[in-house]
Amino acid sequence: MSQKYISNLGNEDEVVSQSRRNLIKQAACVGASVAGVGANSVVNIASAEQVTAPVVEKISVREAFETLTAKESEVLDAIVSRILPSDENGPGAHEARVVHFIDKVLAGPQANLRETYASAVEALDMYCHATKSNSFQNLSADEQDYILNAMQTGSIFSGISGSFFSLIRNHTIEGAFSDPYYGGNRDFIGWDMLGYPGVRMGSTPEDVRMGADLSPSRQSAYDMPPYTKDPAREVSTSVGGGEHGS
Amino acid sequence: MAVELQKTSVVVIGLGAVGGVAVLPLVNAGIKVVGLEAGSWLTTRDFAPDELRNNIRDWPQSVSKAKQEIPTVRPDENSVATQGSGHPMMNAVGGTSLHYWAQSWRLSPWDFQMVSETTRRYGVERIPKDSTVEDWPISYTDLEPYYELVEYAIGVSGYAGNVKGKLNKLGSKFEAVRARDYPMPGLRGSGFTDMMSEAAKSLGWHPFQAPAAINSEVYGQRPGCFYHGFCDRGGCHVSAKGSTAVTTIPEAVKTGLLTVTTHARVLKIENDANGRATGVTYIKGGQTFFQPADVVLLASHTYENTRLLLLSKSEEFPNGLANNAGQVGRHYFSHHQGAPVFALFPKNLNNWYGLPAQGVAIDEWADDNFDHSDLDFIGGGNLWVHTDRKPIAAAKMNTFGKAPTWGSRWKAFIMENADRSNVSYIQKTTLPYDTNYLDLDPDVKDSIGLPVIRITARYRENELKIAAFTQDRMEEWYRAAGATDIVRAGLGSTMGTSTHAYGGTRMGDNSANNVTNRFGFAHEVTNLGILGASVMGTSGARNPTLTAQALAWRTIDHLIAHWDSIVT
Repeated sequence: MSQKYISNLGNEDEVVSQSRRNLIKQAACVGASVAGVGANSVVNIASAEQVTAPVVEKISVREAFETLTAKESEVLDAIVSRILPSDENGPGAHEARVVHFIDKVLAGPQANLRETYASAVEALDMYCHATKSNSFQNLSADEQDYILNAMQTGSIFSGISGSFFSLIRNHTIEGAFSDPYYGGNRDFIGWDMLGYPGVRMGSTPEDVRMGADLSPSRQSAYDMPPYTKDPAREVSTSVGGGEHGS
Repeated sequence: MAVELQKTSVVVIGLGAVGGVAVLPLVNAGIKVVGLEAGSWLTTRDFAPDELRNNIRDWPQSVSKAKQEIPTVRPDENSVATQGSGHPMMNAVGGTSLHYWAQSWRLSPWDFQMVSETTRRYGVERIPKDSTVEDWPISYTDLEPYYELVEYAIGVSGYAGNVKGKLNKLGSKFEAVRARDYPMPGLRGSGFTDMMSEAAKSLGWHPFQAPAAINSEVYGQRPGCFYHGFCDRGGCHVSAKGSTAVTTIPEAVKTGLLTVTTHARVLKIENDANGRATGVTYIKGGQTFFQPADVVLLASHTYENTRLLLLSKSEEFPNGLANNAGQVGRHYFSHHQGAPVFALFPKNLNNWYGLPAQGVAIDEWADDNFDHSDLDFIGGGNLWVHTDRKPIAAAKMNTFGKAPTWGSRWKAFIMENADRSNVSYIQKTTLPYDTNYLDLDPDVKDSIGLPVIRITARYRENELKIAAFTQDRMEEWYRAAGATDIVRAGLGSTMGTSTHAYGGTRMGDNSANNVTNRFGFAHEVTNLGILGASVMGTSGARNPTLTAQALAWRTIDHLIAHWDSIVT
């Protein structure tokens, strides 16, 4: 967790809560319920360092889960946090709010995958309780990685694990690196991670030379006036179709 | 009960890349046209720079007819056909020309005469035994004027290699003679394209910027390209891409002779007792309509052209319209454009704002541009490297065996290399074969209960040998440019669904093994014209769209010149 990132979060001024853990490098897991807005706010404190310097971040009431249960969101957050971890190289899937992206995906465009997620999370939970007597999100990073590896190769709870790993890996990437409009890539964490300077309306010949120093545009496509689809706007272009015919 | 509409002179099924071009010469000849389009009009405001929507979610704002009729695929008759998750084409006015790469190549003269040229140079035994390839019934020279008409109508930028014998080193040294240069110079280069051009020259090759239906400067009412990097499966936000939706179709609409009917889902082409097409039955808004016409032009993509004919069964055509010779669906092939080479460079390439049509082409190993005497295949591939990098695709990059596919080490790898890798695009000569074909799937239906197309096809030795040979050339090129790591994809097996889908209604003089005549009209149904790559019998090593558009214009020219004999 970079210092820069923590201080950025410190500037947030909305409803503030202690975050769920961002990364678990060590095994010491402590669960504690936190009352308030974040119904799923179980704080897992990973290390002494985090105890003394808890990370604070906003949990906006506008980002409620549409379809995921609180428990599912915790398990999924733990999974995506191992796929794209927060580490010495900066924030990861948790900070990019990938689980919120997944929630919106499952509530909308890929609602057909909702049951796949539900049954995979349930199977994973049963497996973790049977073998480790604990929930996946409470296991150590090493234990989590061991299980995710087994899922990737399809060697545990056969039938769904391999395809589910592939699915959630894809969703982790899409959530972390798609336009923030979709609920992930919060604060452009994903684009900054890759050095992608962001969407813009065009580029100059100098912009596409090697070594060009492009400052990040830091905007969503839907921050750009042409794409807001505000019905009050007039169509500004004279070409490009228009409403001909029936 | 179908509502019968007022008769029109011509009804066009599909207002995409080819139907959208065909309507312009029709209305300019004073002919009244009804265009039936399954999709709707989209405008520049629908074309946000959004990788998730364009490249992952397959255009949710587009009408999803194509997605409801995804073909099933099997490599051969002994395998079970399975349906994929996506359809490569989209439904909208302008069709797939809205979101295509817009590479607008002319084929090589050799592509039209592969059989006779191969026989002459190497002997007839060099034609793969099980291939059904024929010489085209027309030559490059027959099509040349129509290439030019389309290049000027939609606006193609590029460098012609040979204008009436005058050579231009900025174009391809292998190009055939043409009468007129492109209307605009080629798209601009970048740091990456300069690097790859220099590397190609160091190998003694001749690199050039390939032609594209993308304005490199103001063309008519449309601006030059803004190079924002969302061309691949993205509509153009400034209409610099020459989609038919912003070029030929609006121009045709202005004459008042073209009626565009959107959201029309065509079910069947009807015919009379004399075996002539009488019009088209379609559904719009839950109501069935019959649009009578003197001439029917079938201008969907290869899968739907074939499917509509097979679905249009009647007493006169019990196996589908124009299919009494059993040729509809035959000579099918998907272009071999896969089997890429991945390269990793030790520095950032700055490709974030590039387009797939902006790049460097190499023609040394395409067509018959090199001596095949001591090789065991015919044809070749056009090597193409292009700019174009977006964040989701970058994160999904090949890890070159240097990192796992998730976790901290993977994260560190993509952070370092997101802008350091490149993927080649190699289009290869692909042939039709006896046991590769399209038919109606016996089990899988679309959303209204009609069977979808089933592809039974796989690549053969000739394609796989070209793939291996061109991968060698591609690796040489990347290494010469400083690539430190190379990964090659597999050479390919099953011919899957493709935007580059050919055959099914092949054009040829012999009606026993071809569906249309040399002008694109069905041998068995003389007032039915078929437009699109479904009439093409060879692929060449280049994107098919410009050739399909030029053929469409030629079909219309023939129709206008022979109107009386065709409609009576």
